Amino acid sequence: MTSSPLAGAATSAIESLPERTAITRAAAGIGLYAGAFGVTFGAVSAASGLTTTQAVVLSIVMYTGASQFALVGVFAAGGSPLAGLSAALLLGLRNAFYGVRVTQILRPSGVRRLLAAHFVIDESTAMAIAQPTRDAAGYAFWATGITLYILWTLGTLAGVLIGSGINTSALGLDTAAPAIFLALLWRQLSDGRACAVALGAAALALGLIPLVPAGVPIVAAAAVAVIAGQLPTARRHGTPDQ
Amino acid sequence: MTTAWAPILAASLGCYGLKLAGVSLPASLLKHPRVQRTAGLLPVAMLTALVVTDLFDTNRHYSADWHTLAGVGVGAVALRLGGSLVVVFALAIASTAALRFAA
Repeated sequence: MTSSPLAGAATSAIESLPERTAITRAAAGIGLYAGAFGVTFGAVSAASGLTTTQAVVLSIVMYTGASQFALVGVFAAGGSPLAGLSAALLLGLRNAFYGVRVTQILRPSGVRRLLAAHFVIDESTAMAIAQPTRDAAGYAFWATGITLYILWTLGTLAGVLIGSGINTSALGLDTAAPAIFLALLWRQLSDGRACAVALGAAALALGLIPLVPAGVPIVAAAAVAVIAGQLPTARRHGTPDQ
Repeated sequence: MTTAWAPILAASLGCYGLKLAGVSLPASLLKHPRVQRTAGLLPVAMLTALVVTDLFDTNRHYSADWHTLAGVGVGAVALRLGGSLVVVFALAIASTAALRFAA
C-alpha cells in the first residue's frame, strides 16, 4: 500500500508501519483463541449457575480472563463470595504492573488513559512490549486489546447461550482453563526464582485443598510470591549471570 | 443467582481499578525493586495454584480426571515444542475430547 507522506500524520504513521500486517495477523490469531476461550468461559459460567447477564457483565467490565475463571470457579465450588473476590483481585493485581509498562510506552492521557486501562491484559501488554518502535507498540496494544475484547465478549455470550445445550465435558472444554493458565505460566518461568515460586505455590495449594474453603488455596499462594519477592537478587557461584 | 451480583460487581470494578492504578500511579512508586520482583512473581504463584486446583480439587477433596490431565499434558508438550496459545488450547481440548470419546 502506498500512502502519501503528507496524509494525516496519525493515519500515515500507522499505514506506513512496516510491522502493521504482522501485528494485525498476530492480533487476529490471538482473537480467534480468545473467542474460543470466551465460549468456554460462558459455558463454565452457565454451569456454575450464573445468568447470561452476569457472565457477559464479567467479560465486559472485568475483562481479565484468569480473574473471571477464578471467581466463577469459586462460585462453582461453593466457596465464599469473599474468597472469590480476593482471588479475582489478587490475580488482577498483575494488570496494575502491566499498566506501568504500557504507560511508559504509550504515554496516554485524559480519556485515552481511562480507555487504555481497560485494555491492559496479558496479551495486549505482551504484544506491545514485543514491538521495536513506539508507534508499532501503540498499534499492537490497541489492535490486540480491542480485537480480544470484542471476541472474548461475543464468545462469552455464545458460550452461555449454548452452554446448557452442549455437553462441555464431552468437548473437552473443562481442559481449556488449566491448559491456558499453564501456557500463560510457562512464559513467565524465566529464571530459577520463578520456577521455585511455582513449585512452592503448587505444593502449598495442593496441601491446602482439603483444609480450607474453595478459592483460598489460590489466594494463599500469593504469599509465596510476596516472600520470594523480598529476597534480593543473589549472584550464585557456579551459575552464569541471568 | 442474585447473591452473586455483589462479588461480581465488586470484583469487576476492583479489577478495573487495579488496571487504572497501573496506568495512573507515578511509576516511581511501583519501580521499587522489591515491588517489581513481587509483581512479576505474583502471577507465577497464582497461575500455578489455579492449575493445581483446577486439576486436583473437587470440593475440598483430592480427585483428578485423567482425561483432563492427559489433555493438559498434551498442551504441555505443545508448549515445550514452542506451540502458540491457540495451538495449545486446541490440542488440549481436542485430546481430552478424543480420550473421552474413545473411553
